[in-house]
Amino acid sequence: MKIKDSIEGCFQLMGGDFTNAGTASSELKSILSKLGVSQEVVRRAAIAAFEAEMNVIIHAVAGTMHYVVSSEEVRITLTDMGPGIQDIELAMQEGYSTAPDWVREMGWGAGMGLPNIKKNADRFKIDSVMGEGTTLEIVIYTRKD
Amino acid sequence: MKLNDIAEIVDGHIIVNSTGGSPDIVSVCSTDLMSDVLRFATKGALLVTALNQSQVIRTAEISDIPAVLMVMGKKMEREMIELAMEKNIALMVTHLPAFTVCGMLYAGGLRSCLED
Amino acid sequence: MLKVNDIIEKIGLDIRVSGDMYKHVTGCYISDLLSDVMAHSKDGELWITLQTHPNIVAVAVIKGLSCIVITNGRLPEPDTVKKAESENITILTTPKTTFETAGLLYNLLRSE
Ligand SMILES: Nc1ncnc2c1ncn2[C@@H]1O[C@H](COP(=O)(O)OP(=O)(O)OP(=O)(O)O)[C@@H](O)[C@H]1O
Ligand SMILES: [Mg+2]
Repeated sequence: MKIKDSIEGCFQLMGGDFTNAGTASSELKSILSKLGVSQEVVRRAAIAAFEAEMNVIIHAVAGTMHYVVSSEEVRITLTDMGPGIQDIELAMQEGYSTAPDWVREMGWGAGMGLPNIKKNADRFKIDSVMGEGTTLEIVIYTRKD
Repeated sequence: MKLNDIAEIVDGHIIVNSTGGSPDIVSVCSTDLMSDVLRFATKGALLVTALNQSQVIRTAEISDIPAVLMVMGKKMEREMIELAMEKNIALMVTHLPAFTVCGMLYAGGLRSCLED
Repeated sequence: MLKVNDIIEKIGLDIRVSGDMYKHVTGCYISDLLSDVMAHSKDGELWITLQTHPNIVAVAVIKGLSCIVITNGRLPEPDTVKKAESENITILTTPKTTFETAGLLYNLLRSE
């Protein structure tokens, strides 16, 4: 991979907007591929970004997905305005979901998103304030040292 | 297994054919929950689902799934079909239910995706 | 015709709630969308799903399904277990995927 300076960008996300849900992650995936990031890193970044993007669409009101790619790592930060997560430890458990029935009928709400983000990330941080919103920081190393 | 072979086994129609040669399907993932798809090593897999939402194509794109098989003859919105074309993801439909489709494809030698 | 009991033995499923184990299994329906199961499953079918929340019990009761099989190593929620116990609905689990479980079961039901 040939990145001298870091490359960054940002996408806007709208809660409830299922029509465009996934376009940010799809674009991020193609940006990373074009930069020559290894296929495995592209895949992990795209999956983590997509799960996080869907969480904003499903659970929050609005948010942003910001990415920075350097020769060392891909860093994806999602910040949303929304209800926040009351018990992060619980939310991280596989199978835990507060998604309403209509979301389950749309193919989401299995409670597998956050654990899968963690699995695909080399570093993962989640901060949340009830009634304000949630921030996720996902870091994936581009080099295997 | 090529798409044509799969279409023949499950009595399906190919709605969107992938450009640049038919993908060789090596495994199958049968589910209607997208986060379930995203957990598996789905490269080269066929996604069998009854969920007729564009999100299915997005999920396929993100997880390198080359082909989707819609069961129960579910009607798809134009939007979903167009997205499949744009993302070069093959799309098939069959009137059979997921159980019959899985049974036939399993008997035909295809196996499950492995956990990633 | 195979009974729930026979299937548990033949394809190796774990029992989480044992309801009527002698119910006939008339076929199988796979779905993770409850509305789909409500619309298309038939009486006596075994239902393969990933869903674990209590609503699956209600669906099984209303549709007269013979049992619920939860795949991919997922477990029924505590409330789901309670509800299934009171409604006498069998819940089984397996670490296998939906595809593999279906493949094995299809073979079994066809050979009967
Ligand atoms: N951005 C967010 N804002 C508010 N709550 C959230 C957010 N992300 C996750 N949560 C909470 O954490 C729970 C678990 O999230 P997770 O992504 O693991 O599962 P899910 O979104 O419910 O289902 P799936 O990801 O399988 O479609 C959610 O049900 C929700 O209660
Ligand atoms: Mg989620």
